Amino acid sequence: MELVYALTIGALTASGVYLLLRARTFPVIVGLTLLSYGVNLFLFSTGRLVTGGQPILGSTDSYSDPLPQALVLTAIVIGFAMTAFVVVLALRKQADHHDDHVDGRESSARLLPEDEEDYDR
Amino acid sequence: MTLSLVVLLPFLGAIAAPLFAQAGRTAIAIASSVPALVALMALFPYWKRLSEGGVLVQTYDWMPSIGLSLSFRLDGLSLLFALLILVIGLLIILYARYYLKPQENVGKFYALLLCFKGAMLGIVLSSNLLLMLVFWELTSLVSFLLISFWNHKKDARRGARMALAVTGGGGLALLAGILLIGRIVGSYELDDVLAAADLIKAHALYPFALTLVLLGAFTKSAQFPFHFWLPHAMQAPTPVSAYLHSATMVKAGIFLMARLYPALAGTEQWFYMVSFTGMATLLIGAYVALFKHDLKGLLAHSTVSHLGLITLLFGMGTRLAAVAALFHVINHAIFKASLFMAAGIIDHETGTRDMRRINGLWRFMPHTATLAMVAASSMAGVPLLNGFLSKEMFFAESLALNLPGFWAYVPPLIATLAGIFAVAYSARFIHDVFFNGKPVDLPIYPPHEPPRYMKIPVEILVFACIMVGMFPAISIGPLLYAAASATLAGDVPDYQLALMHGFNLPLLMSFLAFFGGLLMYSQRQRFFDFHARFKEIDEKAVFEKVAMRMEDLASTFTNKLESGSLQRYAMLLVLSAIAVAWRPIEELGVFIGANGLSPIDVPTLIGAVVLILCAIGTAAMHRSRFDALILLSVVGLMVALAFARFSAPDLAMTQLSVEVVTIVLLMMALYYMPSWTPIEASWPRRLRDIAIALVAGIGMTLITLAMLTQPFESISGYFLEHSKSGGGGTNVVNVILVDFRGFDTLGEITVLAIAALGIYTLLKNTQLAPPPGDGHGHPWTRDAYPVMLRQIARPMLPLALMISLYIFLRGHNMPGGGFIAGLITSVALVLQYIASGIQWTQARIPIRYHNVIGLGLLFAAVAGAGSYAFGYPFLTSTFGYITWPVVGKFEVASALVFDLGVYLTVIGATLLALVSLGNLSPHSATTHIKGGL
Repeated sequence: MELVYALTIGALTASGVYLLLRARTFPVIVGLTLLSYGVNLFLFSTGRLVTGGQPILGSTDSYSDPLPQALVLTAIVIGFAMTAFVVVLALRKQADHHDDHVDGRESSARLLPEDEEDYDR
Repeated sequence: MTLSLVVLLPFLGAIAAPLFAQAGRTAIAIASSVPALVALMALFPYWKRLSEGGVLVQTYDWMPSIGLSLSFRLDGLSLLFALLILVIGLLIILYARYYLKPQENVGKFYALLLCFKGAMLGIVLSSNLLLMLVFWELTSLVSFLLISFWNHKKDARRGARMALAVTGGGGLALLAGILLIGRIVGSYELDDVLAAADLIKAHALYPFALTLVLLGAFTKSAQFPFHFWLPHAMQAPTPVSAYLHSATMVKAGIFLMARLYPALAGTEQWFYMVSFTGMATLLIGAYVALFKHDLKGLLAHSTVSHLGLITLLFGMGTRLAAVAALFHVINHAIFKASLFMAAGIIDHETGTRDMRRINGLWRFMPHTATLAMVAASSMAGVPLLNGFLSKEMFFAESLALNLPGFWAYVPPLIATLAGIFAVAYSARFIHDVFFNGKPVDLPIYPPHEPPRYMKIPVEILVFACIMVGMFPAISIGPLLYAAASATLAGDVPDYQLALMHGFNLPLLMSFLAFFGGLLMYSQRQRFFDFHARFKEIDEKAVFEKVAMRMEDLASTFTNKLESGSLQRYAMLLVLSAIAVAWRPIEELGVFIGANGLSPIDVPTLIGAVVLILCAIGTAAMHRSRFDALILLSVVGLMVALAFARFSAPDLAMTQLSVEVVTIVLLMMALYYMPSWTPIEASWPRRLRDIAIALVAGIGMTLITLAMLTQPFESISGYFLEHSKSGGGGTNVVNVILVDFRGFDTLGEITVLAIAALGIYTLLKNTQLAPPPGDGHGHPWTRDAYPVMLRQIARPMLPLALMISLYIFLRGHNMPGGGFIAGLITSVALVLQYIASGIQWTQARIPIRYHNVIGLGLLFAAVAGAGSYAFGYPFLTSTFGYITWPVVGKFEVASALVFDLGVYLTVIGATLLALVSLGNLSPHSATTHIKGGL
């Protein structure tokens, strides 16, 4: 169980980091989102993986750790605020520069494909 | 109390003095002298105790955790310096009254002067080394402002900058040195440091601590090779030069050496570093002084030379030499301050300081000339004046230095040579200025005697020169003894302060210096010609060049690191995270801890595989943005399931609703953006990124695995135990959020609100036209708001609102609460916007979401502050129970109001962000939402 859980976090991190290193705003935002999933799962698991131990008093015999859950709950909401803010920054960049390159320089790449070969889908 | 008051008074004076500026120069001068007078009166009662070797220490805690305390110490040494600072300070105040012109910014001048006085007193009275450093830096800063007092002059600004760079740099070195000493001793209190002398000198860090402390002292006291800042600081108004650059600031470095003399001196390193630096400074300063045509330039280099002399005396390491050094500190302060003042008078009355133009002033100002000549004779070391006595002691000490073989001759030779130069430049000061023909082309002609009171400070100082010179034992003996006793930790050698010690070698050296100097001055033209053959180094230009090069270097480095490329930053960030985590992971060794692995069930395995595949798929297919988004949403849903699987129902509900809102948001963003990402990176670049990503992913896997299999202990027992009894709820997660850690939550919803308002502001006046189609030649569908969606969405709204209310109310006991209910309401409202368009919805729900955010924060804050009314701390909650039909029994806690605040803020923030996005397009009312959403 632990191994699979750890691999999941690893996959989320790896995918997130790869997208974080891309040159366009949209993949970077997606990468950040993936990364924050990974981080949330990681923080959550500091209370260990407990089955059937929801921290509702009286519902079960032993409870999972409620503190990481409370922390992650707010982290999810704040993460949403962060994503929204970055999305808007990206849109503003698009509006001001007519371009979505993260480095703020004019890009020479074409935005619309003329030839399907240019894009490996 | 007394000592801290003595230090504080000048600062208070600095605040008060400018208020008197309107009342004229006399008024402000009188006001400015109050702190010094009060301080002198306050210190007077301690004289008897101190003269007997007593020490007064007064301590207040400031930051005990780092060893910094407000502790002040008065002993003979600090008294000597405090008196110099206070008395000469008073004379300067009087002098400056006549020196400054009425139209100048007198208030600023006196305020800065008083600040400086306070800082200087702080240095000499501090008993805590860190506290002393604070004042030390303060003197550097204030002297910068004083040197650049005439800030319209370029030279003044440059000179000030140079002084700040050199002394400030030295201050940094001193800080490091003091920290090292503190580390060795374990305390920054002077008493402890002085008591630990043997420990310090035997410690492995001693050479470093010594070098760093000396760097601080040498820069401040203008020792070679840092001496160049002092001559350039002569751009300051003359009262500043007379005060800072003869009597006080440049003596701070000397003071430091004297203060730490018992703790640091007496080793070979000390001897070589201090004495050779002193010797070089002594000789170079004296030599250059002879060739300066600027009156103040001559005095400045002479000061450098005399500071070198004092340093050399301290470097010699004998106790008698230390006494001689302290004696010369007093003498030099007296005659040099008076000479600077005389130079200022001459500058004031003739309009120039160029000695090639000011000649024969004896005829015009005999009174000033007499005073200046006496002081200059003292500087030259003429008998019956104070300069002679300490110089005589210096000669004697240079002879007594026991160096092997040939080296034994070096110190006396250098001392005599420097003496010859000193006589020569003093002779020049006297002869060139007051005799030697007639003035040449003076800006102010004919010069007059200055105002009567301007001469009084000079007269007092010259009188002191004579008194100390003729009756040293009576006039200065006790003070010198007290200072020497404090410096040498009570172990004062026998010495005699007398006019003559009989005919001996030192006296012969004095004669040699005197006649040699006169001879040298009479042959000065030859020396001038000789000196003229060398190209003069313009230290200012060199300094500027070095400073410029450093700046270029720094900006090159910065530009290299900060290239403006986000991709590069992101890469460096990830790489440094990997680098930081690398060692600990390596040290961990075993990744499966004591608890081992637990078995996995098939549904969970399937879920994990789907999650992993979708995550990798998102990265792999990112170029087709829409597809990537769909996969991302699957990942988000699987994460929600993972939360549910591992006993976190609240998290699962939050994740689910956030997921919906996030995907809607990204979908809307994608509408305005290209649907495809072009290929830009080459294959090697992509392989590099894949490698980085894999390393990061594997690292996270290993860390997680290691953590999950370790046994652990949690502080959550407390929350589980007190949730019901203290917070009145059985849903512990919710009780933590709104009660135990309510203050955190308040902070978090504030962040949420700020983010939403930021989004609103960023998009407020922005318009963005969406691309006409999906990038493959397909136009958007004409059917903007599908009928089916519209028809289903509308009846959904009241239903969703009711569910959210239910979730909200039960949140304290069952999974739910403000965050989740807020998100559900948001989703329900967003659905209306998507289904029917912004205008349609806006017309029916006329709510300004800014107000909702504000109201939410207000509720949360009021709920928290409400507990004040009952005398409890912020956010203390109270609760009771109510039973409603259907909902059942639920408790009404004051935390519920807080949760209502959370609820409203979440709704406001989410909808403000999404509606701002929706309004972005010029024709938002009729826009087509992409993908049939």
